[in-house]
Amino acid sequence: MTHKPKKDEVTGVYTTGHEWDGITELDNPMPRWWLYILYACIGIAIMGWIWYPSWPVWKDGEMTYLKGVSGYSTRAAVTRELGDIAAERSVYLNEIRDMDLYDIQKNPDLLRISLAGGAAAFGDSCAPCHGSGAQGFVGFPNLNDDAWLWGGTLSDIAQTIRHGVRWEADPETRMGVMQGYLSDGILSRSEVTDVVQYVLNFSGRAENQEAVARGSETFANICSACHMEDGTGNTMFGAPDLTDPIWLYGGDPETIFRSVAYGRAGVMPAWAGRLDEATIKQLALFVSSLGGGTDPVDQ
Amino acid sequence: MMAARYSNWMGQKPLNAWAMMGLLALGCLYSVVVALYALDVPMRFHALVFAAAFLAGIAVIADQFSVKRDTSGYNDAIIRYGIIASMIWGVVGFAVGVYIAFQLAYPDLNFDTAWLNFGRLRPLHTSAVIFAFGGNVLICSSFWVVQRTCRARLAGDIAPWFVFWGYQLFIVIAGTGYLMGVTQSREYAEPEWYADIWLTIVWVTYLAVFMGTLFKRKEPHIYVANWFYLAFIVTIAMLHIGNNLAVPASIFSSKSVALFSGTQDALIQWWYGHNAVGFFLTAGFLGIMYYFVPKRAERPVYSYRLSILHFWSLIFLYIWAGPHHLHYTALPLWAQTLGATFSIMLWMPSWGGMLNGLLTLKGAWDKLRTDPVIRMLVVSVAFYGMSTFEGPVMSMHWVNGLSHYTDWTIGHVHSGALGWVGFVSFGALYCMTPWVFGTKRLYSTALVEWHFWTATFGILLYITSMWVSGIMQGLMWRAYDSLGFLEYSFVESVEAMHPYYVIRGLGGLLFLIGGVIMAYNIFMTAKGRVRASEIDASAAVAVPAE
Repeated sequence: MTHKPKKDEVTGVYTTGHEWDGITELDNPMPRWWLYILYACIGIAIMGWIWYPSWPVWKDGEMTYLKGVSGYSTRAAVTRELGDIAAERSVYLNEIRDMDLYDIQKNPDLLRISLAGGAAAFGDSCAPCHGSGAQGFVGFPNLNDDAWLWGGTLSDIAQTIRHGVRWEADPETRMGVMQGYLSDGILSRSEVTDVVQYVLNFSGRAENQEAVARGSETFANICSACHMEDGTGNTMFGAPDLTDPIWLYGGDPETIFRSVAYGRAGVMPAWAGRLDEATIKQLALFVSSLGGGTDPVDQ
Repeated sequence: MMAARYSNWMGQKPLNAWAMMGLLALGCLYSVVVALYALDVPMRFHALVFAAAFLAGIAVIADQFSVKRDTSGYNDAIIRYGIIASMIWGVVGFAVGVYIAFQLAYPDLNFDTAWLNFGRLRPLHTSAVIFAFGGNVLICSSFWVVQRTCRARLAGDIAPWFVFWGYQLFIVIAGTGYLMGVTQSREYAEPEWYADIWLTIVWVTYLAVFMGTLFKRKEPHIYVANWFYLAFIVTIAMLHIGNNLAVPASIFSSKSVALFSGTQDALIQWWYGHNAVGFFLTAGFLGIMYYFVPKRAERPVYSYRLSILHFWSLIFLYIWAGPHHLHYTALPLWAQTLGATFSIMLWMPSWGGMLNGLLTLKGAWDKLRTDPVIRMLVVSVAFYGMSTFEGPVMSMHWVNGLSHYTDWTIGHVHSGALGWVGFVSFGALYCMTPWVFGTKRLYSTALVEWHFWTATFGILLYITSMWVSGIMQGLMWRAYDSLGFLEYSFVESVEAMHPYYVIRGLGGLLFLIGGVIMAYNIFMTAKGRVRASEIDASAAVAVPAE
């Protein structure tokens, strides 16, 4: 096949003379702006190599790299920035760390900082279980209400955060046992059904008064040890109040049956060591401020 | 009939057919041994798949290859297979993508099963669209282009078929492996060691077929599309082998341990990952662009000189840019600087391809109004230009500090994947289908219009929602309140993404619908059908409108 440059009718530019399957190529020069921007980008790259750490080089028998005239290093920059923030915060964070929770509560400036810091820490560490509004989920307590499984004073809350609930790695963890009374063979199915009716009776929801009467003995012998005779619970064992409308796992007869028959053992991790002392105190103040603390913290 | 078939089985075979059947028999025997002694269920299953595939290979060779076989003219049968495979894998890959997009918006769609878990389906999606769909488009289009532009039949007789079926076998092994939880946890290179070895054999054969055809060429020069295809094949072989260096726990185990560790491993991974984009998704598809745009537009390529300079600068610069995936990590800053600066230098070499594609349309712009196929090709080049500008911008540290780990990256990838790779592939498939199936035209041009507009609208929904959600994520993560505490928790940023994830899912759904329309159109064309309404319409517009 003879290949001769031909003039393209449309643009008036000659082809290179090659042809493949009917495809030819024009002999246009490269667009000038394209070439100039290419050169400019190469220039910018070279400036980058001079300014920042760049090419690896051999020096005195070992590999190193061009350090760059700016002396910039991302690690140095982040260390400096973190140091600056730590220094800035240490002024009040050290105070919060060393002060008593109740004294912080009386200091408006420290309280304001604690509530802001507590909200940030809550979002990162607590919200995954307790919800971003601290509203809780089934099995994870709502922290906005007045019901406190392990006590709602500032020091109670701080204690729970520090050592967790049923967190075996921490010897000081909150411990309470709600065993499975049916699955462990302590009560029969009908005894459990009866005691459920007795529990429902606290809130006036019993469906069968005969069952309530039968269940009273079981409740007195077994349940009252933690939940107390009047069913109002005991924060020492994390035993919930059974008379109020707040239910961690659900207050319908079926769910209460499951709780009694098969037990409940929710876990909360111990945060001491994972969060610093100042953060734990900020969290205690923040959680208390949500509205349900026994020592009310005003926002 | 029966007798003829039987005589074919018994008939004289060329030596290479006997050699190939012998090799397949050995492979089959080996696979059976592995299946017997396999240490885990996936390995046993995959060994049996290999054994079955090798047996089928022997049967096909015994049936099809005799000395009387006609090997004159171009090998177009393999391209017909390639088009059908591309369409099937494409629709599967898009569908899995839509499903996992909705999983991100509605996590209940995981259904608490391991098989449908996002972690397993995500590599299934990426591998299906990149390697199964994209790979088949590249292989079959390269086989078409290299034959036509060299005026030579494809080198080898069994070899091209081995490449095609061997590649499908790799896809099946990779895909079923993901569903069973087999992965070496290397992004875009998840298949385990035995699948990697198999792909290496297939890929080297592909290289031999392509090079062999170039050697046989009857044209004095090698056309630019073939430079790009060759760069793609050679570099992918190098990347694949380098990135997958690993020691199997046992030859009977599906598990292996990578040769590198720590930062070195991360850098090798992104040297591979970035150049899978550079050489698979860019160089390979530029090969498609350089043939199909001038061919369809019936115009000369804009500038030969531009194609030389942008080819060599692209090839030379791309391979260095991988470290920009590891900004602000344990990777030393000097390597990050090189990654970023090479990405900036890469901008114009990338745009060289866009310019050569768009300026080729000089004198043929009016075709965009009437021919949705050329419009698809041109829009693909425009998306190519957009995402190759966005890439260097995102590679700079101060932009990357905001964009890294956010949905912006996902949006960037998909403007390239859906817009550039998807549309240029669709354009090439729409061109080749009537050619290789011997029909004068597509079943329906109107359906191409429908495909074009649904897919374009889908891409726009996808990338705009990801831009918004990505930049929002980046800003939420770095927002501080007046006292110096983080303004938002991570959970809050996840919650804020929900509407954008729904929009993204809908965008993907539109793209999938476009793909299904295309598959229908291609299958009807393959059957030799033309829509009745379009025959009348084409007669009516035979006279130019102006």
